Amino acid sequence: MPTYRAPITDYRFLLTELFDTSRLSAYAGYEEVTPDLLASVAEEAGKLCEDLLFPLNMSGDAEGCTWENGVVRTPKGFKEAYKAYAGGGWIGLAGDPAYGGQGLPALLRYVVDEMVCGSNLSLAMYPGLTQGAFETIHLHGSEELKTKYMPKLASGEWTATMCLTEAHAGTDLGMIRTRAEPMDDGSASVSGTKIFITAGEHDLTDNIIHLVLAKLPDAPAGSRGISMFLVPKFLVNPDGSLGTRNGVTCGSIEHKMGIKGSATCVINFDNAKGWLVGEAHKGLRAMFTMMNGARLGVGLQGLGLADASYHSAVAYARDRVQGRSLSGVKNPDGPADQIIHHADIRRGLLFMRAFTEGARALSVFCGLHIDDEFRAPDAPTREAAADLVALLTPVIKAFFTDLAFESTNIGLQTLGGHGYIREYGMEQFVRDARIGQIYEGTNHIQALDLVGRKLPEGGGRLLKRYAALVAEELAASGQVPQLSAFATTVGGAAKQLQDATMLIMQRGMANGDEAGGAASEYLRLFGYVALGHMWLRTCRVALEKKASGGSLDASFYDTKLATARFYFERMMPMTHSLFASISAGSGAILDFPKEQF
Amino acid sequence: MGGTIFLVNFFTMGAAPVKIAVCIKRVPEMDGAFKIAASGTAVDETGLKWDISDFDGYAVEAALQMTEKLGAGEVHVISLGPDVVQETLRKALSMGCARATHLKCDVVPFDPFAIASALAAELQGGGYDLVMFGKMSIDSANGAVGLMVADLLGMPMVHGCSKLDIAAGAGTARREIEGGGELVRFSLPAVVSIDEGIARPRYPSLKGIMAAKKKPMDVKPAQLGPVRLTVQKMDLPAARAAGRILGEGAAVVPELVRLLQQEAKVI
Ligand SMILES: Cc1cc2nc3c(=O)[nH]c(=O)nc-3n(C[C@H](O)[C@H](O)[C@H](O)COP(=O)(O)OP(=O)(O)OC[C@H]3O[C@@H](n4cnc5c(N)ncnc54)[C@H](O)[C@@H]3O)c2cc1C
Repeated sequence: MPTYRAPITDYRFLLTELFDTSRLSAYAGYEEVTPDLLASVAEEAGKLCEDLLFPLNMSGDAEGCTWENGVVRTPKGFKEAYKAYAGGGWIGLAGDPAYGGQGLPALLRYVVDEMVCGSNLSLAMYPGLTQGAFETIHLHGSEELKTKYMPKLASGEWTATMCLTEAHAGTDLGMIRTRAEPMDDGSASVSGTKIFITAGEHDLTDNIIHLVLAKLPDAPAGSRGISMFLVPKFLVNPDGSLGTRNGVTCGSIEHKMGIKGSATCVINFDNAKGWLVGEAHKGLRAMFTMMNGARLGVGLQGLGLADASYHSAVAYARDRVQGRSLSGVKNPDGPADQIIHHADIRRGLLFMRAFTEGARALSVFCGLHIDDEFRAPDAPTREAAADLVALLTPVIKAFFTDLAFESTNIGLQTLGGHGYIREYGMEQFVRDARIGQIYEGTNHIQALDLVGRKLPEGGGRLLKRYAALVAEELAASGQVPQLSAFATTVGGAAKQLQDATMLIMQRGMANGDEAGGAASEYLRLFGYVALGHMWLRTCRVALEKKASGGSLDASFYDTKLATARFYFERMMPMTHSLFASISAGSGAILDFPKEQF
Repeated sequence: MGGTIFLVNFFTMGAAPVKIAVCIKRVPEMDGAFKIAASGTAVDETGLKWDISDFDGYAVEAALQMTEKLGAGEVHVISLGPDVVQETLRKALSMGCARATHLKCDVVPFDPFAIASALAAELQGGGYDLVMFGKMSIDSANGAVGLMVADLLGMPMVHGCSKLDIAAGAGTARREIEGGGELVRFSLPAVVSIDEGIARPRYPSLKGIMAAKKKPMDVKPAQLGPVRLTVQKMDLPAARAAGRILGEGAAVVPELVRLLQQEAKVI
């Protein structure tokens, strides 16, 4: 049986030592937020995940969701756990208190998300989209929609969905066919069929609020003609009570590889009453509010699952005896050595460890900048932060989920044949991690977003800002004698990233497919550099804290340094291969005759 | 279970505010792997995760539920130990307790009387209607501190309550005993200790966690009683011997039977 240990010590380090979270208390609304408060909330959230959510992870997977005559039942225990989670106020954590939220930093939402998703991704999907819907209505909805729906979403009394995908329109949303007819009373009548809708129907709450992309009759063709509508499952009376059932039904649920406890639904809208959110034809832009947050959230899902897999793999590797160590017997009293002595098992475990801890640092770094983006008093800080978040979002989504899939697979491999057997729980992590590479825009679409949108924006302004931050860290770490070799490694990789950027931009200008063929590798190169940046900072701060007496055991800082060494010596060299591959250009891909596939 | 006696909930009376003290202990979580420290007389604390002792958690929850039901009253938490116990107190505050007292000492003595003396000194004159403990701490498992405190305060004591209700001047409790249960009535003020099954401790809500930061935490030196009991030596259970594989198939059955009869003596 796998176990889940929430990474609360690591979060204490990240939130109170690695990053300066004390700046948050200067922002309006965050006056009471201290680094220690952040760490305490993380700790309690971690316990909730260990005790309440994780025990339902395997049973939820085995049981899955069931559909009968349009009614969807979630696995046993989900409802009670959901109520406890919602009742604790966790869903509205970062929401505006004026609409029932708890008003805590967005950063904290991502911290909690990692653990909630790592301990039970299927269950986490139900409240997960609700948070995004809350923000979307907050930013784009009318005051009437806000007061009517947001408090019930914040409290978790109702959940929400995002309805974009149709059978013939997944990545290419410009092709959607769902229609919205304006009605005399200011509402709209929405008709069409959406597929793959997460939490589209379930038995956890009495009402479900759908945010639906649809086209108005006068809509321009393509993605510029999409509008967003709020369509509740049950109409809501003026006093907030539930009225009649709206024209929304669940046609079926999918049978999936993973996240089996999360209902993925076909949702039919038949003249359903809906209300426009934001401006007509600008729905895709409004939906991006939800999607950007959700993309970071998906990255954290990957991180959480990789971390869960790591701890279970370590426990097994300490216990399982098989074969003798190549450097001599390590367990003379036993019939064989624990497999944790084998170099290749250690390599795998360290890959997982260096990825998860580096990624966690990057997610906190990014989360902190989200709060800067929305709360910093001065415009230049807000703009710089917005640039950074925009640049890192596709990297976090795709790089984290790609490496998470690799990590959970290594976790499985650590158990050998037992990893392939259900009751050990390791194959579930692999299956659950796989979806992260697909939804919220496939990972290649993230790479295209990075290369096609984020890099060219403002003549490369986003990357320039990021490169300046990396250079700052290189200068600081370069001063520390123990870190000069690591700093050189990161400096070299950062240079490769700059060079690769130039290459792709130049070649892509002449032929877009050149950029398309290199984009996924470019994103991965970016990911390795970004984690290198985080590991360098981690080393510098760990050395400082060790010398000055930080709040954690000396062994904690030593282990950070040892993990960083693995990252720099055994993972970071990937940038050479990626750079070589990008440099070779996309000719080999594009010249291959299509008929010969 | 035969002969079960059901607790009659006679408590319906109105809102006389009650004051309850719950004494809690910070203990390592029991699912960790334990090592003995170099001294040989204590557990090696590196890498352990800590939380409120299980039974003490039930006591906090039961206390909160009682005051919530009454609609009046306050729950105070008290813990004795080094500064880190403030984390545990903070957790109880985030569950809903009103104030905390930290009785400070560098090490928690093993002698329950030393601890009970310090707690009694704090509780004396505090005006508590009810003082609650867990049935025992899950690390040292003495189960003695609550009993000693009751004696020192001269109050009635009910040990191991699985149900509890209080009303004006009196309380009732259910205790699980071999093969059944018993219903006990007692006068207030009183000391009770709590068994499992009474109430699952709530998870602190976000609001609770934030509110806890602002609740009062008094820190006082612990007036420990004399320490007349110390641990001499600790040891770990002997490692389980490795299993033996006799072979495969029906041919090894006679040998297996012989070993089960003669060596293991289980059949
Ligand atoms: C479990 C699950 C839950 C989901 N939840 C939701 C939800 O809640 N709401 C919702 O609206 N949707 C949801 N989806 C849908 C999901 O977002 C889409 O599946 C995803 O966006 C991809 O769309 P598609 O499946 O149509 O693939 P396609 O768009 O057909 O893509 C097929 C392949 O082609 C590639 N590709 C497509 N376009 C391009 C291009 N322009 N350039 C290069 N490559 C391209 C893709 O990367 C992919 O590899 C969910 C899906 C699943 C499986």
